[in-house]
Amino acid sequence: MGNSDNEIFVIRMPDVGEGIAEAELVEWHAQPGDMVREDDVIAAVMTDKATVEIPSSITGKVIWLGGKVGDMISVGSDLVRISPNANAQIEAAAPEPAQAPPATPDADPSDAPEPAPEQKNAAPAKPATDAETHSAKPAAPASGAPARHVQPPRRAAGEKPLASPAIRRRALEAGVDLRRVSGSGPAGRLTHADLDAWLDAPEPAPVTGGRVRRTEVTEIPIIGLRRAISRKLGQTWSKVPHITIVEEIDVTALEELRAGLNVERKEGKPRLTILPFLVQALVRAVADQPDMNAHHDDEAGQLRQFAGVHVGIATQTPQGLKVPVVRHAESRSLDDTAIEIARVAEAARDNTALRDELSGSTITITSLGALGAIATTPLINAPETAIVGVNKMAMRPVWDGAQFVPRKIMNLSSSFDHRVIDGWDAAIFVKRLKTLLETPALIFVEG
Amino acid sequence: MAEIVCKLLIIGGGPGGYVTAIRAAQLGIDTLIVDEGPLGGTCLNIGCIPSKALIHAGEEFHKLTEAATGGSPFGLSAAPPAINLGKTMAWKDGIVTRLTGGVAGLLKKAGAKSLRGRASIRDGKTVTVDTDLGPQTVHAEIIVIATGSEPVELPSLPFGGKVISSTGALALTQLPESLVVVGGGYIGLEIGTAYAKLGVKVTVVEAAPRILPVWDAELTGPVAKRLAALGVEVMTGAKVTGLADDGETLQVATADGSDITLAADKILVAVGRRPRSQGFGLEQLALPMDGPFIRIDNQCRTAMRGVYAIGDVTGEPMLAHRAMAQGEMVADLIAGQPRVWDKRAIPAVCFTDPEIVSVGLGPDAARRDGQTVLVGTFPFRANGRAMSLAREDGFVRVIAREDNHVVLGIEAVGAGVAEFASAFSLAIEMGARLEDIADTIHAHPTMGEAIQESALAALGRGLHL
Repeated sequence: MGNSDNEIFVIRMPDVGEGIAEAELVEWHAQPGDMVREDDVIAAVMTDKATVEIPSSITGKVIWLGGKVGDMISVGSDLVRISPNANAQIEAAAPEPAQAPPATPDADPSDAPEPAPEQKNAAPAKPATDAETHSAKPAAPASGAPARHVQPPRRAAGEKPLASPAIRRRALEAGVDLRRVSGSGPAGRLTHADLDAWLDAPEPAPVTGGRVRRTEVTEIPIIGLRRAISRKLGQTWSKVPHITIVEEIDVTALEELRAGLNVERKEGKPRLTILPFLVQALVRAVADQPDMNAHHDDEAGQLRQFAGVHVGIATQTPQGLKVPVVRHAESRSLDDTAIEIARVAEAARDNTALRDELSGSTITITSLGALGAIATTPLINAPETAIVGVNKMAMRPVWDGAQFVPRKIMNLSSSFDHRVIDGWDAAIFVKRLKTLLETPALIFVEG
Repeated sequence: MAEIVCKLLIIGGGPGGYVTAIRAAQLGIDTLIVDEGPLGGTCLNIGCIPSKALIHAGEEFHKLTEAATGGSPFGLSAAPPAINLGKTMAWKDGIVTRLTGGVAGLLKKAGAKSLRGRASIRDGKTVTVDTDLGPQTVHAEIIVIATGSEPVELPSLPFGGKVISSTGALALTQLPESLVVVGGGYIGLEIGTAYAKLGVKVTVVEAAPRILPVWDAELTGPVAKRLAALGVEVMTGAKVTGLADDGETLQVATADGSDITLAADKILVAVGRRPRSQGFGLEQLALPMDGPFIRIDNQCRTAMRGVYAIGDVTGEPMLAHRAMAQGEMVADLIAGQPRVWDKRAIPAVCFTDPEIVSVGLGPDAARRDGQTVLVGTFPFRANGRAMSLAREDGFVRVIAREDNHVVLGIEAVGAGVAEFASAFSLAIEMGARLEDIADTIHAHPTMGEAIQESALAALGRGLHL
């Protein structure tokens, strides 16, 4: 075997930016034993901000993976080892995820451990050594409940349960009919553990109607985008005291305007939804109240007001909640805003959004569209200070002083970081939005 | 006399009644137990205990007889033995007195009161007790009827004169020359064997085709063999028709249809026992019965609220340990604890020679139950300890379900095997499988090794046969 055959190339976790120390492995595009070409994507990792695809820098055979999906991988750690030799043997998978970079100097790739013969069959048939404890296996209820999953042959009707006198007495005193308890012992003998398990979670009596209680539990690992969402919203919820204001907006005039504009649309112009109007109303409103278009850096003790208005649009995607950003809304026309909203939302849904398109918002809009309900309590997109939630529009009777008239009513549920936004100011902001949306001409009148 | 008011009144001071009283008093229940005789009932006074004393005396005498007649396998010799039956009975009575006194002490220690006298039920809460000092009325919230059973009399052969019951047979002060035992059940055979060993000419008359009909022929075979060796004549299929006109000899219709007469100094009638459900006002309660027995549910409750019944008066098997277990349960129930009769087996022991013990189902009973069974047998002739005792007769037999090897019954016949009852019962109550017994180390050299070997045999893994 020539030396070049032994050469192993290591692809490390790249610095994906913004001072990130580790990234989560969300997808492998290659498995040990696979041949990859230069520039083939071999993995996807995710930071708080975005998913980054890692290409191979060489053509060869994948012989080692640095972790499994869901692992946090430190920047600089070995991510993949690739041998240019198609006959190279596969190495055992990484025993520990999220390891610090190995001590081996990376200048000399030949220092990488030489595959030992006995490792030949170690992977891919066998997952990482800790996989058994980490993988999603059928849930076992916490304390000794072996009986739950061991279904011994049921006793014939009228047959007495096989149990010691002590267990029978315990069952009687606990009000348990042992005929209904499955025994895990030999020949279905009931143990104290079986009784304990029953007492923890009694199984239903067999019902002839065909309805049975089901006790299985499916464990789904919280990884990838879901983990990022979970962590971020958890932090926001526990750290940021919110104040939420729900206000009723009469959007009859806005809807007439919107309908009129859509009728007049020329070819190639986007159909207008209510969102671009709202974005532009926000641009107007935050001009008066710059605290609302700001980041609250509580560690630095700073409120960072931005001249530019970068509006996050909370978007449901197949992967979960994402917040693509319409940058510099203050510089955009209504149509431009509409086009940009549609573009970034589409990119988020397609999973093609760039990191910049998914970060840097200064205020956020969340809309559930037709599902919008009457009111919601949106969580702000920290470190921002305000979020505006759009509720469902509905025709409602409104008293105009002489009669009930049908008006299109839509609520806005807006939340604020109460540490820096007082209720008074929040109310003024909401009132301003109301005024702008109820008299939409104001949105477009300079000054 | 001032009326007595108590929470619990127990009628009958036998094993069922006194255990109820002890446990109830321990649980803080105001308890009164009534019996017309000494505490301990049939068991202690005229049953289990005195008969065992007599059986043991008989065995000792028999060993000396063997030695005196050159029949000792151990090379022993002795002068022809003699017995002072009065002294034997005094020794036996001493045991009885100690035990009945012990019961009184236990009751006192637990805090139960006792009253001597004949109880008569007036209603479900009221009982009159005829004491030495006159009638005493007792009001109780709860009554436990534990009146037991008594020997059945044959109409053609009423007790009196030379016709005696087991009670009389255990109180003889002089050995009869000959004894006819009417009834080849366990009581007749136990006492008959004891007297045979004491040198009495014993004849057993049994109406059924064989002795000990509650057990199968395989189990009773060694007993029949031993009876023959002891010179006991066993007439099966024979019916006693009564005393001859002279009032001395017994008329018997034999199996072959002929009528014969048997001369006997004493005639022991042991044809069974009947529940004592009459003569104490039980009819006042008009309780539903099961034949002659008081009907009870699985908590020993009768049809009347606050009236329980336990022991022989409630049915078969009429055994002291059943009554005691019922009594304990009833006391717990009265104290408000949840209890139910859920015993898997009641051991039965017969102190013939050799002894018989059975717990759970025998092979036939198991098959009648619809079970497909494995049966494993191990004979004592292959057991070292049995050889060293010169008692190689008998065997242990285990019966288990074929499908899951759960033990349904264990039986044995052999010298001293009554002591196996504990191991057998424990195995069945614990739900043992053949493997549990087979994989338990049984001490060597003991006759108990045969228990393990029988389980191994049932599994096809026998070692010593």
